[in-house]
Amino acid sequence: MTSRPAPDPVFAFELNGETVTVSAPAHHTLLELLRYRQGLTGTKQGCDKGDCGACTVLLDGSPVLSCLTLAVTVAGRAVTTIEGLGAEHRRAEGRPHPVQEAFDRSGALQCGFCQPGMLLSSAALLRKNPSPTADEVRAALSGNLCRCTGYAQIIEAVLRAAAVERGEDPPAPAWSIEPRDEEP
Amino acid sequence: MTVLGKAIAHESARGHVTGSALYTNDLLPRRGGAAYAWPVTVPHARARITAVDTAAALAAPGVLLVLGAGDVPGENELGPSRRDEPLFPSEVQFFGQAVAWVIAETEEAAKLAAGRVVVDVEPLPAVLSIEQGIAEESYLTEPLFMRRGDAEAALAAAPRRVSGELFVGGQEHVYLETNAALAEIDDSGHMLVHSSTQHPSETQEIVARVLGVSRNRVVVQALRMGGAFGGKEVQANAWAAVAAIAALKLGRPVGVRLDRHHDMTLTGKRHPFLARFEVGFDDDGRILGAKVELFADGGWCLDLTEPIVYRAMFHIDNCYRIPAITVMGRGVRTNKTSQTAFRGFGGPQGMVVIEDILDRIARTLELPPRLVRERNFYREGDETHYGQPVRDAARIERIWSALLRSSSYDTRRAEIERFNATSPHAKRGIAITPVKFGISFTATFYNQAGALVIVYADGSVQVNHGGTEMGQGLHTKMMQVAAHTLGVRLDQVRAMPTRTDKVPNTSATAASSGSDLNGAAVKRACESIRSNLAEVAAAELAVPACTVVFEDGQVFPRDEPSRALDFSALARKAYLARVPLFSSGYYRTPEIHFDKATGTGKPFHYFAYGAAVTEVEVDRFTGAYSFRRVDILHDVGDSLSPLVDLGQVEGGFIQGLGWLTLEECVWDARGRFATSGLSTYKLPGLGECPLELNVALLEKATEPGVVYGSKAVGEPPLMLAISAREALRDAVAQFGSGGIIELGCPSTPETVYFAIRERTEAAGGARRAAE
Repeated sequence: MTSRPAPDPVFAFELNGETVTVSAPAHHTLLELLRYRQGLTGTKQGCDKGDCGACTVLLDGSPVLSCLTLAVTVAGRAVTTIEGLGAEHRRAEGRPHPVQEAFDRSGALQCGFCQPGMLLSSAALLRKNPSPTADEVRAALSGNLCRCTGYAQIIEAVLRAAAVERGEDPPAPAWSIEPRDEEP
Repeated sequence: MTVLGKAIAHESARGHVTGSALYTNDLLPRRGGAAYAWPVTVPHARARITAVDTAAALAAPGVLLVLGAGDVPGENELGPSRRDEPLFPSEVQFFGQAVAWVIAETEEAAKLAAGRVVVDVEPLPAVLSIEQGIAEESYLTEPLFMRRGDAEAALAAAPRRVSGELFVGGQEHVYLETNAALAEIDDSGHMLVHSSTQHPSETQEIVARVLGVSRNRVVVQALRMGGAFGGKEVQANAWAAVAAIAALKLGRPVGVRLDRHHDMTLTGKRHPFLARFEVGFDDDGRILGAKVELFADGGWCLDLTEPIVYRAMFHIDNCYRIPAITVMGRGVRTNKTSQTAFRGFGGPQGMVVIEDILDRIARTLELPPRLVRERNFYREGDETHYGQPVRDAARIERIWSALLRSSSYDTRRAEIERFNATSPHAKRGIAITPVKFGISFTATFYNQAGALVIVYADGSVQVNHGGTEMGQGLHTKMMQVAAHTLGVRLDQVRAMPTRTDKVPNTSATAASSGSDLNGAAVKRACESIRSNLAEVAAAELAVPACTVVFEDGQVFPRDEPSRALDFSALARKAYLARVPLFSSGYYRTPEIHFDKATGTGKPFHYFAYGAAVTEVEVDRFTGAYSFRRVDILHDVGDSLSPLVDLGQVEGGFIQGLGWLTLEECVWDARGRFATSGLSTYKLPGLGECPLELNVALLEKATEPGVVYGSKAVGEPPLMLAISAREALRDAVAQFGSGGIIELGCPSTPETVYFAIRERTEAAGGARRAAE
């Protein structure tokens, strides 16, 4: 004898600036909802246990680990994923997010798997603190693991993005990067 | 303006920062009708399987299949060299081994059903350590030898001797993208496998083998990997095989994604090593003779253990001349995951041992370790213990002295001594160590590569080569090589996903050789196309073909740049003139060989060099430490892509730092890998990185005989982190008064704490005895 399963909860939330209505089992995580129901595979599945930071998204502007967030708990709230970061910024400011430009240009990435989480944590930091020190960057990104780089270019990229966001000339990079033709 | 040697962004950087760059597992949600797989694992280190009951699992919602040995249409065997690796085993060989796979409509359904498969077993005695393996003569290889001179006689005649033992821990790869594969039957009926693999040709071979078909019926594509580090060189094959068998049986796409726990408990790690050594030296610290035994914990099957043991033996000298030496290496068979390739491939384990030995010699003689290292350096004209001339031996001293200057080593050494004199509970240490790393696969036949370069009639270019992109920037470098050789702009060139139907019979992207081998092949393909195009241009411009210059998308006579043709227009003309616009390129490394019987030869095309200085501060009461500053000078030849190389050097160093300081692989008494999550297995994060990291690439370092004078960069920088371990020993030394320091490896804070305690107790005991 098995009892009839309860129907999946239906709820609405704002996803990358648009209201979506979804249904998901109560035990599903936001990560599962994003990747397997919404097809937003930019949010990466690194450890499923809140250890690596690869699945970081913004919930009402603050970074959360989507693998430890139950999907139903985002009802009525705003979620930003890597797919939405540039688009939202472009709508508001007419250009992609400075952390995207900075990470793109500075050699702050190799395999790229940690990047979505790293970028969303960085964007959240800059929203809260437009002039972070290198130590504040270290603290803000300490929950995001990268297995490829030595983190040095990541810190540089965030400081660079902060300077651009403040309307200042960014610090000269350690290495000169060839300019890009198109915007992300 | 050539793009070669320019610091350009990673080829996929744009995709990475926007989230649009796809990895193998991202393809699954995009495939309608894809099924998902989950392993059924057995919690015994060794056990005979007596019965498998799948009835309850098959009755679970959404379950399509439970795969077992009976479902394999071909051979139930994954072993790339020795056939000792059944995909579906009849006897469990390590704790948590997968013995069956559930295939279901969703990952969740497969996972829930996997728990309902009942596996009855009869537990058997297991081998769980190197020492136990030696005692029970449980080996994967024969003893392997390299010998120079009479080590016994040299030891007997040496005025001083030290002997000891060092256990060197393993390392889990923790590529952030866990293993993944997706198999589907494509529209023409071929088995198409998307795999996160470093070795698509071998994945193709194994998939064909388990399906019982010839290789021309299987295509493997590797789009990109979210890191690999050697962990996907051999061990990507099993997941591709499971996906392919299930896809064939079901006639629909099937994906395998290991979750982190499974990735850490099913796949192999860097080999733990046990070294036993005896070294004779003179009063100046010069090594006169050495006997070294290296035992590698290879886990349950052979995998790559033999070449890994060889590479440890090849690197037991690092940068030092050992006049008489016998080194024996052997792979031990244990009931653990099959340990496998990991950046450095045994080299780091060998190198840690000789650096440990040199520190012991220095502390025995009360000489600065730096001086003892210098005194033992190879000089021009020397040969290694396996008989290969050490070309560019002078580069060791050139890098060494330049780095001592740029890091202000002497000044800082004095500052550290002043600090330590007034700080009883926190001590600082500093160390400099060198790296010499042999470049080439030591299995000579792997040192070949192919490329297929295509120019379309509009002048746009596609580059196919045998290498895979795992974040290391190989595609970026290959695009630079192609753009430079063809004389086109970078934006005219695209790097294509690695596919076995474009370039066949490729070698693994491994041994740091990706850009050397594939770069040379891409260059040759481009040269062949360019030479065809030069004929067309020569006719058009009415000049000899040898005077035609290709640069930045323009084609012109050497002396008249103003008469330039556009590359795109030239491609169109060549097409109309019926001139081929595509070419393969092939390269094999010349003049390398190695004879296992004598343990001699020239296994390496060349050596990569570097050195690092690390400064650390250690707390007496906890053993906790922080790395205050790291300075690196590394030799990448003429860099093809400096930003990529900088990333490899920094990242390699930090990965080595993790291996030697934080990352501890723990197997418990039952043989269970106890550190199977990132909460118990500690990776370096931003908080553990050195506060200051200065990296420079050696200038004027052209390497003749390698593509555009460059050098391999993937593995060598990892071993620069040995300077961090030696700096820790130096700091521990400050807590007592002289003598050898035994320091565990990895040198975790706990290990450092015990080393300090031993030191302070020894010093206290000596004081009491004196009183």
